[in-house]
Amino acid sequence: MHKFKPSNTSRFLGFVFLGIFLVYLSNTVDELRVYQGATVAMYVVAISSIILLTGYSGQVSLGHGALLAVGGYGAALLRNNFNAPIWLCFAGAVLMAAFWGALLGATAARLSGPYLAGTTLALAVGLPSIANQFKFLGGEQGLIFDIGLPPASLGETFSQYKWFFWIASLTALISMWWLQNLLRSRYGRTWRAVRTQSIAAELAGIHVARSKVLAFTISAGLAGLAGALLSMTISTVSPGAFPLSLSFALATGAVISGVTTLGGVIIGAVTLVAIPEIADSLARRIGASENATINLPGLLVSGLLIVTVLFIPNGPVEQIRQRKMK
Amino acid sequence: MFQIFNTFLIGVTAGSIYALMAISMVLVWRSTRVVNFAQAGMALLSTYFGYEVIHQVGSYWLALPIAMISGAIVAAVIELVFMRLLLKHSSQGAIASIAPIIATLGLLGLIKSMIGYFWGNQDVSIESPLSNVGFTLGTQTLALSPMKLFILIVVSILVIALTFVFQRTNLGLALRASAYAPEISRLAGIKVDLVRTFGWAVAGAAGGAAGMLQTANGNGALSPDSLEFSLLLAFGFISAVIGGLDSLLGAVLGALLLGLVLAFVLTYIGGSLVFITAFVLLLVVLLIRPAGIISQRAGRRA
Amino acid sequence: MTLNVSNLTVHHGAICAINQVSIQVQTGSLAAIIGSNGAGKTTLLRTLSGLNHPTHGEITWNGQSIIGIKPEMLVRKGISHVSEGKSVIPELTVQENLEIGALWRRNKKEMNASRNSVVDIFPRLGERFSQRADTLSGGERQMLALGRSLMSKPELLLLDEPSLGLAPLVVAQIFQSIRDLTTSMGITVLLVEQNAMGALKIADVGIVLNLGSVAVTGDASALIDDPQVRTAYLGY
Repeated sequence: MHKFKPSNTSRFLGFVFLGIFLVYLSNTVDELRVYQGATVAMYVVAISSIILLTGYSGQVSLGHGALLAVGGYGAALLRNNFNAPIWLCFAGAVLMAAFWGALLGATAARLSGPYLAGTTLALAVGLPSIANQFKFLGGEQGLIFDIGLPPASLGETFSQYKWFFWIASLTALISMWWLQNLLRSRYGRTWRAVRTQSIAAELAGIHVARSKVLAFTISAGLAGLAGALLSMTISTVSPGAFPLSLSFALATGAVISGVTTLGGVIIGAVTLVAIPEIADSLARRIGASENATINLPGLLVSGLLIVTVLFIPNGPVEQIRQRKMK
Repeated sequence: MFQIFNTFLIGVTAGSIYALMAISMVLVWRSTRVVNFAQAGMALLSTYFGYEVIHQVGSYWLALPIAMISGAIVAAVIELVFMRLLLKHSSQGAIASIAPIIATLGLLGLIKSMIGYFWGNQDVSIESPLSNVGFTLGTQTLALSPMKLFILIVVSILVIALTFVFQRTNLGLALRASAYAPEISRLAGIKVDLVRTFGWAVAGAAGGAAGMLQTANGNGALSPDSLEFSLLLAFGFISAVIGGLDSLLGAVLGALLLGLVLAFVLTYIGGSLVFITAFVLLLVVLLIRPAGIISQRAGRRA
Repeated sequence: MTLNVSNLTVHHGAICAINQVSIQVQTGSLAAIIGSNGAGKTTLLRTLSGLNHPTHGEITWNGQSIIGIKPEMLVRKGISHVSEGKSVIPELTVQENLEIGALWRRNKKEMNASRNSVVDIFPRLGERFSQRADTLSGGERQMLALGRSLMSKPELLLLDEPSLGLAPLVVAQIFQSIRDLTTSMGITVLLVEQNAMGALKIADVGIVLNLGSVAVTGDASALIDDPQVRTAYLGY
């Protein structure tokens, strides 16, 4: 397996503290915020899978929603048919999505830029509808994904949402910690080399295609994990839960976070969750019409996306870093 | 036997609309080297302009050209204001390869929410101006209605006109030269920026036509999140890529192929496999001939 | 009618590619700019045709400043630039490659007339008229690039390394054609070359660029005999 460089102890402690802080936070804020926190954690995993793919290995995917769907369905099938424990459902989701990601990645390695974007887009449009074809996938209604009540040892007041939040945050923290170690390893350097100078990397003895497929596979695994988290928070999986707009939202989140650095991933995740709320309160304050209220979130997200691409193309974190270096 | 023939007719009609969408993608790709994922959004917007005309005046025949003209204007404005800014700011670094993709996606979202703001998110409807009931042949009903015939005629006229302009006129020569080698074209005295804007405008007009025809061919419903336009986006793109992204003829052939394959899958296998078939077809073509079925890349740098 | 460049400075980002260059090219003469790799020859030419923007300095043509004018507009003022490496469009036919040089005039009759005169100069292009440009040999492509430039009836021709990658015999032919353009058609030519000897032999005036500045300038024949230029650039 992968041999990581011994990771910085302080960085590890940072993650632990972050975890403790999140536990503290979950006890102080209200139910809605806790639920949103779980969604943020889901987005963190999903967006980081895109950042890994695009920012580090230079591939584009507009179809990650489909891989989330694979993960979600995988977890739900394991849960419903074999009554598997949650952690096993999640592991199954990762493996299942990674398997499909490897297949897709093998094709993707031969495609570039707009071709890859369009192919993955077609996948995002096409894959969820497969559920209608096969009975065991539950058709339009989808499947139920119930992870069960929180363990009794946590006390009677411990709510379902808080349980979601704990699971999602722990999953996100572990995957972030693992991912940043991976990116600091030989693999991370290889991906960067392939992204910036693919021909030079090839001449230096890097197997470019293999490295791209590996990136796609890992990214898909993360996407599958995010899919399981998403299904957990909404308790079902169905084609409607993974629309094209989900794939677009993830790409948006990645760009807002800054595709070249993992560090900004929380920015994108929080933005995606916060925008509907901000739009809502904004609409109420200015007393907007019904049409305006419905469309304000979309307008804000798209506007933000365009402004980011045009003016801070490498994302806020990279922008600040560059300014410091000057 | 008769069912095969009818399926064939359905496929050709659907394919001809995808062809318009694919052509508009090819035109934008050729003039700016950008795959415009907002193309379907722009088509949707022009269709709403067409709807407005029908709403006010009541004539589809007036609405069609107006949708095309407004499509051209919208596309030209987007190229002038937006794409030039984009190429200036984000043409370098890690983002360069995905900036246009992301930016046009942003544009798509922007256009959709603006449509929602002005016209609402509920379905509005455009009535088909011609009968959607098929001609009869003896006791059998053909899958060719006056409306479908009209669609085929309009698309054929547009394709022939565009091919003529591209291959036989000086304007077409300027368009092709600017697409292949912008710098050499500028040095030869061609106003490449202007030509580029013109390419976008023509693409916008083709998209407007595709939107109006698609809506009237389907159930007539129109909404910002209309499935019909997700179809146009995905199938237009797939057709264009199958055809090689660089060739008008390729786009038309790719679209007809896609339309036919999908029609047969729909009739003989099942509706829920249509999307995934399109995806598989795209993959197969890309893996066998990465540059599309019509490829003219021989002897040229990528 | 002269090309006048004074105190021209051009930067590529932080790097100064051209530093305080002043040159003059008389109408109807053939000037050769020689110098090693990275001397700034191509940058100078690209700045003259509007592809690069100077940070400082002045360029006038016929007494009129041409700084800030776009390349496509400079063609209309009689300045035509043939960029490095056989600047033809491989996907287009020979005929189309020629015609794009005269599209801006929007005059079919004039276009046909200039096309005929170009074919008179380069009969080989006439033989290959409806072939795609990527089927041409290197020498033919260079002829096509020159021909396309002549389609716009230029008064000033900026040529960037027309001999690049061509066989010696073909180089001699191309240089002869360039000399004829000046001698018989009166076109002012500014020729940038690595092939210093060949260029100086056909040129009236020679300009040696070194690290972005003018090192030597003088009669081409005098430069060939200059011992310093000989050792540094001509190699004997």
